[in-house]
This record gives sequence, C-alpha cells and structure tokens, in this order.
Amino acid sequence: MAQQEVKEYQKYYVPEQSIWPIIGAVALFLIAVGAGTFTVEVSKGKEGHGEWILLAGIATLIFMVTGWFRNQIHESMSGLYSEQLSRSYRQGMAWFIFSEVMFFAAFFGALFYARTIAIPWLGGASNNAMTNEVLWPGFEAVWPLLQTPGGTESTQMGWFGLPLINTLLLLTSSVTCHYAHVGLEQDKRKQLSWMLGLTIILGCIFLALQVEEYIHAYEIGLTLDSGMYGNTFFMLTGFHGMHVTLGTVILIVLWFRIQKGHFTPDNHFAFQAGSWYWHFVDVVWVMLFFFVYIL
Amino acid sequence: MSTATDTLHHDEHDEHHHHHIPKGIKRWLLTTNHKDIGTLYLWFSFIMFLTGGAMAMIIRAELFQPGLQIVDPNFFNQMTTVHGLIMVFGAVMPAFTGLANWLIPMMIGAPDMALPRMNNWSFWILPFAFLILLSSLFLEGGGPAFGWTFYAPLSTTYSSDSTALFVFSVHIMGISSIMGAINVIVTIWNMRAPGMTWMKMPMFVWTWLITAFLLIAVMPVLAGVVTMVLTDKYFGTSFFNAAGGGDPVMFQHIFWFFGHPEVYIMILPAFGIISHIIPTFARKPLFGYASMVYATASIALLSFIVWAHHMFTTGMPVAAEMFFMFATMLISVPTGVKVFNWVATMWRGSMTFEVPMLFAIAFVVLFTIGGLSGLMLAITPVDFQYHDTYFVVAHFHYVLVTGAIFSIMAAAYYWLPKWTGVMYDNTLAKWHFWASLVSVNVLFFPMHFVGLAGMPRRIPDYALQFADFNKWISIGGFAFGLSQLIFLALLIKACRKKGEPASAQVWEGAEGLEWEIPSPAPYHTFETPPIIK
Repeated sequence: MAQQEVKEYQKYYVPEQSIWPIIGAVALFLIAVGAGTFTVEVSKGKEGHGEWILLAGIATLIFMVTGWFRNQIHESMSGLYSEQLSRSYRQGMAWFIFSEVMFFAAFFGALFYARTIAIPWLGGASNNAMTNEVLWPGFEAVWPLLQTPGGTESTQMGWFGLPLINTLLLLTSSVTCHYAHVGLEQDKRKQLSWMLGLTIILGCIFLALQVEEYIHAYEIGLTLDSGMYGNTFFMLTGFHGMHVTLGTVILIVLWFRIQKGHFTPDNHFAFQAGSWYWHFVDVVWVMLFFFVYIL
Repeated sequence: MSTATDTLHHDEHDEHHHHHIPKGIKRWLLTTNHKDIGTLYLWFSFIMFLTGGAMAMIIRAELFQPGLQIVDPNFFNQMTTVHGLIMVFGAVMPAFTGLANWLIPMMIGAPDMALPRMNNWSFWILPFAFLILLSSLFLEGGGPAFGWTFYAPLSTTYSSDSTALFVFSVHIMGISSIMGAINVIVTIWNMRAPGMTWMKMPMFVWTWLITAFLLIAVMPVLAGVVTMVLTDKYFGTSFFNAAGGGDPVMFQHIFWFFGHPEVYIMILPAFGIISHIIPTFARKPLFGYASMVYATASIALLSFIVWAHHMFTTGMPVAAEMFFMFATMLISVPTGVKVFNWVATMWRGSMTFEVPMLFAIAFVVLFTIGGLSGLMLAITPVDFQYHDTYFVVAHFHYVLVTGAIFSIMAAAYYWLPKWTGVMYDNTLAKWHFWASLVSVNVLFFPMHFVGLAGMPRRIPDYALQFADFNKWISIGGFAFGLSQLIFLALLIKACRKKGEPASAQVWEGAEGLEWEIPSPAPYHTFETPPIIK
C-alpha cells in the first residue's frame, strides 16, 4: 500500500484465509459428539469412546486457540491493526460479556422463579391449596429448600466462613486487576506485573477454596441432586467457577505476554478484554453471594 | 453519493495489492471474505430448507388420510420435531445471516465484516451441528421426538438417549449464532462509511442491528435451558421436576423467554428486506423511514415481555394472563405501522411487478393474515380454545413461510443479479412464484378451519371429519414442495452464470451503495470507504 494513502486513511485489516476457524469448528464438533456420548455413558455406567472424543475435541480447541492467538499477537505486534480494528475487538468483547450475563440470567431466573413461585405453590400458596393437600401433603415451602416435596433432605451452606473469605478475595482481586490496568496505562511496568501477578494468585486461592467448599458441601449432604437448593447452588457456583478458571488462564497468558514486553499504554486490547472479563466474573460472584448464600 | 466512483478508482489502484481469488475447496473452508461466507450460509440454508421440507412431506403423507399408514407415531414425532428445528435454526436463521453477510458490508460501505475469521468459524460450526442433529435420527431409540420446543418432561423423563447429542448440538448452534450476531452488530456499529449516520442506514441494516441484539440477548438463555434439560435428564437435578422443588412450567417460562424474541429474530430482517424491495418497484422512497426504525425497535423491546402468551393454558394466575394478553396485543401497533407504511409506499407509485415485487406484495398480504391470526391467539379466553390446535400451526406457518421464507425468496430474486452478475431466468421465477403462492395457501389456509374445529397438532392420526381438509392440505403441501425444485433449478442456472449480464443498478428504481458497484460485485469492495453525503 502506498505511503501517502496510509496518512489519509488507515486501512482496515481484513485477514487473508485462515486455517484456525475450520479447526475450531471441528473441535466444537468433537466436543459436542464426545460430551453427548460421554454423558449417556456416565449416566448409564457404560464403557465407550465418549471421553476420548471429548478429550480429542478439547485438545483440538486448545491447539486452535493457541494457534489463532499466536497469529493474532504476531499481527498485532507487527502493527497491522488500526484504531478502528481495535475498536471492533473491544465492542466484540463487550457483547460477548453481555451474552455471558444472559447465560447467568437464565440460572438466576430459575432460582428466583423457584423461590418466589414454584416452591410456594407446591406449599399451597395462591390458589394451590389442593396441590399441596393432595399431591405433596405435609410439604412446607421454606427457602433454602432443605426438604424437597419428594422427601430428599440436605443441609444449608452458611455464608459466613469460606464464602465470605472468597468474596473478599475476589473483590480484592478486582481492585488489584484495576491497579494493574492503571499501571499499564501509566507505563509503570513493575506495578502492572506485580498487581496482575497478585490478581492471578488471588484467583487461584479462590478456586482452591471453592474446591474445598464443594468437598465440604458433599460431606454435609448438599449435593447436585438434592433438589432445587442444591441444583441452583451447584449450577450457579459451578458455572461461575468455570468462568473464574477461564479468567485465570487468560490472566496468566497476559502475565507472560507482559514479561515479554507486550502491550503499550495506548494499545492493549487483550489486556483490557482480560480485565473486563475478570471484573465480570467478580460481579457475578457478588450476585451469587447475595442471592445464593445470604438471602 | 457521487464519491462511490472515487472508491472504484481506488480499488483499481489497489489491485496489485489484492491476492487473486483463491481456488478450489480451500477457498470455501478457509475463507474470510464476507461474500464467500454469505454464499456458504445461503446454500447451507437452502439445503436445510429442502431437508426440512422433505420431512414435512413425510408428515403430510402420513396425514393425507386418517389412520396410521406410512410411519410409526414415534417416527412421526421425530419428523415434526426435526422439521421444526431444521427450519428454524438451519433454514431461516442462516439464510438471514447469509444475507447479512453479503449485504451489510456493501450497504454501509465497509470492506468486509468487522471480524472476518470469526465469521468463518460461525458458519462452519453449523454444518457440524446439523450433522449431529440429523445423525441422531439413526441412533437406537431414535432422535429427538419432543417437538422443537422440547418441553419438559417430554425432553427429560420421556426422551431417548440421543437427547444429550441434541443438547450439545443446540449448544454449538447457539455459539455460532452468538458469534454471527456479535459480528453483525460490531460491523454496523463500527464499520459504517463516513457520513453513514444512524438515520441514513438502509432498513435492512437497521433491522439486522436490532435482530443481532435480540440474538445476543436470548441465545444464551436457550443454552441455559438446554443445560438444565441435560442435568435434569442425566445428572439428577430437578429444575423441571416438582418432587425436587422445581416446576415443568418453569421450563416453558425460560424456553419462551428465548422463544418469543426468537420468532422476531426470524421476522425483523424480513421487514428490512421488504422495506427495500417495495420502494424500488414503486419508484418512491420508503414511506415513514423513521417510524419504521422506531417500530422495529419497539417490536424488539416488546418481544421480551410477551413470552407467556405461549402458555395461557398452563394455569398461570389471572393477573399474569391479562398482562401477557395486553402486552401481546400491543405489538400489533408497531407491526401495523409497518404494514401501513408499506402500503403507503405503494400508494400512487409507478409500480411494476417484477418477481421480487410479487414476493414482497405476497409477503405483505399473507404476513398480515398470519399477524391477524396471531392477534386472535393473543386473546386469552379464545386461546383456551385454539391452544395446540392446527389453528396455531396455520398461524405460525403464515408468518414463517409466507412471511420469513417469502421474504428470503424475494431477497434472493432482488439481489441475485448483483451476486451472480447475470439476470436469472424470469420465466422460471414467475412459475416459481405463482406455483408457490397458490400451493402455499392450499397448504396452510385450510389449517385454520381444521384447527378451529378442534384438530390437535403434532398427532399422526385424526378424527374422520377432518379427512377432506387434510387431503387438500397434503396436496397443497406436495405442490409447494415441488415448486421449490423450480427455485433450485433457477438458482443452479444463475450460479452457472447462464443469462443476460446484469447492469450495476440492475433495477431501474434501486437505490443504495450496493447498486453502485458493478454486477457481479467484485471480490473486495469498499476497501477505501466511500463518503456518503
């Protein structure tokens, strides 16, 4: 491209052909087939190839993500990206996080519906006296639902102790993540590196404690299949934990890139995306702590 | 828009920079070009349309006469289920995404979609997702047989083992749709040529912007609800099981919170298409452009608060039934604005009736019929009568077949010369239109009658008094199915570039950036953006 044209108009980088998307499609295919087969095999206690297909899919996906990002980083470092392109990336990331919010909204919606509508109705509220009397006699609607209409019993998880510590950890990590970002913007690389490192460590401690919390839950008899309370508890905290894991991996990758001297004060989309994602999992956790543990 | 010519000049100047168009299978597998990806989406959706259509033929063959004669009831259920899933997720949605890919960058003066590699990924997930869905039909116990709405407990307690595959195939379809929608929204937000302000955007771009927002908002909710179905069926949760404190009705709430915006996802881009075609052939600018934009936005917002009108008979409290009835009826206001604007655009126009216009006019009339039967269904006490009858089937086929599908066909006939560079076979096109128009009404109109008389949907057998109408419905169905083969022949002919070369503008009254570039559209367009005045 001629030089004088660059001055007038920064060209939008439209990449040539790429091998990674089709590899990604194959990876998702293997994951879907593998997960589908594996689920059936596990629930029926059958032997099969499901887990191997699933693992192959996950390996392919990791391979794809690594290769794609390597490509991407290389292009970014060689200055192919315009201001407009990095705006596209930022907007894309923002909408992606919005889609994640809606995914959690489905599960929070299930929690709210069960607590305010389904369970009271089973207990005879509104015009459902006969539902309670005839179908579920003796069932009393209380939350947390420690005894289901079918009779399954479980124990409540308190908010004090581990969950509270975890809340503080994650909130602190959001603050350190913010200061890492500030460090990057002011070109204080040491602050950036330390603060990001601290965020990662806090994230890892959170995950370790979450594992302990799950072990504890199963010991005291709160399991995934112990009715609506256990369902929502494990699905919400479980999906949140998966997101924290992903977020931590993203931050670790960013940390290594920072050690290699990547990112400048005014060009650091990947860092921004990672930190947005981290704040997002943090906000979800606060919602969780409030609605799942305290209320 | 005089500067479009400057752009062309720039493009020639940049020619040495272009790599030649890649050849062979690799071109399609690895492409990052919005036009290639658009073509892939469109062909994929057409293949899915024929596949889902073949299933409809099986359904209509079984229902040709009362009694069970051709397929067993379980297979019949699989056919209705997979027909619905394929038509919704495999035919209509990818067709609109294909049109978005082809048209949005050209309409807003962008060099490509904002995220071209992700664009390729979104597309190639789809064939794999449908491969999984279709192959599950051949597994032991059969494929999904619980209706495209997969209500619990049909999909949890009473479903076959292929449900896990169904769930994961829906997951990856969702990933594909979300990525596609993010791409569209970012393209429109960030890639418009200088001077292309919001209120200068072509209607198709506007409707897709709003559709993309709906997709990003509700596809994750679908992912959530299929996940709950998965854990309920295989991992002992009880989201939809009263014994564990859950509620099967909750399934319907979550599903339709996705499902109702979903039906607008399938019609808003259609509104956009029609708003391009009618002004072209009436040779008048679109009447009430701004009101069209606001109407589209209000329909989208209302779509989030009407979901429970699908569930009037589930025993909701009366206050909720009233709320959802009135909220639903409110939608007829912005929709009425649109129909009024289309008619007002035609009023005293210099109309000609080329094939795209024929489809567009058929759309306005027949979609309105579907809209009015929707209004009938919105009235709660009346819906108690109509619920789960063929009246509902008639309603949503009028809005989806003579609405969404007709608009897609209109779009194909309108923009095909721009894509291929040749004028398609007009005789075949007219045959296709008239055959489709007559047969589709023979197919769906009598469904209103049998529905009002009480014939339930999703049943392989029926009472004798419905026999005559069903015979006609089936004949209409077979004729409609055969008519689509005319379309297939026409498309193959056009893609092999048989026909008169098309001019850049193609249609005398056509306006917009896409009509200022040559036909066929060059592989790369607007690498330097045009300036819109």
